[in-house]
Amino acid sequence: MNTDKTTYKKYVKSRAPKSPTLKNSVFAFLIGGTLCTLAELLFHLYITIGISEEITKTLVPVTFIVIAGLMTGIGVFDDIARFAGAGTLVPITGFANAVVASAIDDKSEGFILGVGAKMFTVAGPVIVYGTLSSAVYGVIYWLFGVMK
Amino acid sequence: MSVIKIKKPPSIVSGAAVVGEKEHAGPIGEKFDLHDKTGAFGMDTWEKAESEMQRLAVNTAMSKAKLCADDIDVIFAGDLLNQCVGSTYGILGFRTAYIGIFGACSTFTEGLLVSSMLTGTGYFSRCAVVTSSHFCTAERQFRFPVEYGGQRPPTSQWTVTGAGAVILSSGGDGPFVTDVLPGIPVDKGITDANNMGAAMAPAAIDTFTRYFIETGTKPSDYDLILTGDLGLQGHGIFCDFMKNAGYDMTKNYNDCGLLIFGLKTQDAHSGGSGCGCAASVFSSLILGKLKARELNNILFAATGALMNSDSIKQGNSIPGIAHLVHISNKKE
Repeated sequence: MNTDKTTYKKYVKSRAPKSPTLKNSVFAFLIGGTLCTLAELLFHLYITIGISEEITKTLVPVTFIVIAGLMTGIGVFDDIARFAGAGTLVPITGFANAVVASAIDDKSEGFILGVGAKMFTVAGPVIVYGTLSSAVYGVIYWLFGVMK
Repeated sequence: MSVIKIKKPPSIVSGAAVVGEKEHAGPIGEKFDLHDKTGAFGMDTWEKAESEMQRLAVNTAMSKAKLCADDIDVIFAGDLLNQCVGSTYGILGFRTAYIGIFGACSTFTEGLLVSSMLTGTGYFSRCAVVTSSHFCTAERQFRFPVEYGGQRPPTSQWTVTGAGAVILSSGGDGPFVTDVLPGIPVDKGITDANNMGAAMAPAAIDTFTRYFIETGTKPSDYDLILTGDLGLQGHGIFCDFMKNAGYDMTKNYNDCGLLIFGLKTQDAHSGGSGCGCAASVFSSLILGKLKARELNNILFAATGALMNSDSIKQGNSIPGIAHLVHISNKKE
C-alpha cells in the first residue's frame, strides 16, 4: 500500500461517521436542564424545611454527588450517560461518577494502592486545573481591587 | 518475508470458545461453548475472570479432542494485559510448557502461525493456542473505568469478552494449516485510539496483497477470507484499497469483529475487537464450518494495533500488524 500518511489520514477522516452532534446536544440540553431544574426544586425544598441558605448551597451539590455515586455503584449511571452525554458529564454528577467509577474499578488493587492512589485518575485534572484557574482568577480579582 | 509452506501441515483437531453475556446474546451466540452472565466467571477480579476464560477454553478444547494436559507439548498463549498475565494465570494449572506471545489483537493467528510451523517441522507433536480479551480489563487498562459515563465515538470498537483455544496436532484429518505469512508492521500515522480499524487495515492490506502476489492466487480461489477485528471502518478501508489493487473482496470476505455483535442492536458501534474476538469466532463458528466441510479453504488474518495506553498519550501513531494463515481441508 503506497498511499502516504497524509493522504491516508485524510481518507480515513472523510469516511469516518461523525458523532450525532445535534442528537447529542438535544439530549444533553434536556437531561442537563432537567438536572438543573431538580437542583432548583431541591434548593427551595431545603429552604422550605428551614435549612439556612448558606448550608443549602452546599447541601444541593452534596445530594447530587450522593445520588450520582449511588447510581454509578449500582451500574445505571453509564447507561443514562450514554444518551445524556454532556448533560450528566458537565454538572457535578459527572465529577462524582468519574471518582466513584475509578474507586470501584481500583478496589481490586486494595484500599491504599488501588482506591486511594487511583481514585482521581479521571477526575484529577479537573481538580488540578480547577484549583489553578481559581487561583489565577483570584489574582485578577485582587488586581482589579488594587487598581480601584 | 515470503510465504512459508508448512512441510507437514498440522491438523486443527479441536477448538473451544468461552464468552461473556453480550457475545452470547449476539448473532453467533449459540456457537460458543461456554458463557457467563456476569462476565466474572466466578472470580473476584476481572483479570482473574479473563484467566479463567483461557483455562476453560483450553480445557474444553482438550476434552473435545479427548486429550489431557500431559498430551500437550506446549501452550502458546497471549492476551492484552500488561506482561500477558491473563495467559500466565490462565494456563498455570495445566503444568504444561508455555510460550507467551504478543501481537495485540493479531495474537491468535500469530499463535497459529508459530505453532503450526513448529508442529509441522516435528519439534512438537501437539500444541494448544489460546488468546483472550475481556471488556472490563481492557477498558480499565486502555480507556476509562468500567462504570464511567462517557460517550463513545461511532468509529470506536467494543472489546470482546472471550477466549478461544485450538489444539494443533501433527496427526489428525484436518483442517490443516498449510502455509503462513508473518505480518510486517505498517504505520500510516493514525493516532486515534478510537479508530483502531483505520490503524490496522493498512497492515491487512499489506499482508493479503503480498500473499496474493506471491502465491498467484486471487480472493475467489478461497471459500472465505477472514480478518480478526477490523470492524466497520477497517472492513471498508480494506475493501477499498484491495479493490484499487485489483482484488474484489465483496464476495467472500468477512471480519470477526462484524460477525460477533449486532452493530445496531447491541450498541457495538464499529464492531468487536480484542485478542478474544478472532479467537472465539474462529474456534467456534469458523472451525465448526471447516469441520463440517461447509468451508474447505480459507485465509485467516487477525489484525493487531501495536500500542499501549502511554504511547497513545505521548502522541505516537499506532502501527498495525496482520499475520496470515491458510487453512484448508486438503493437505497440500
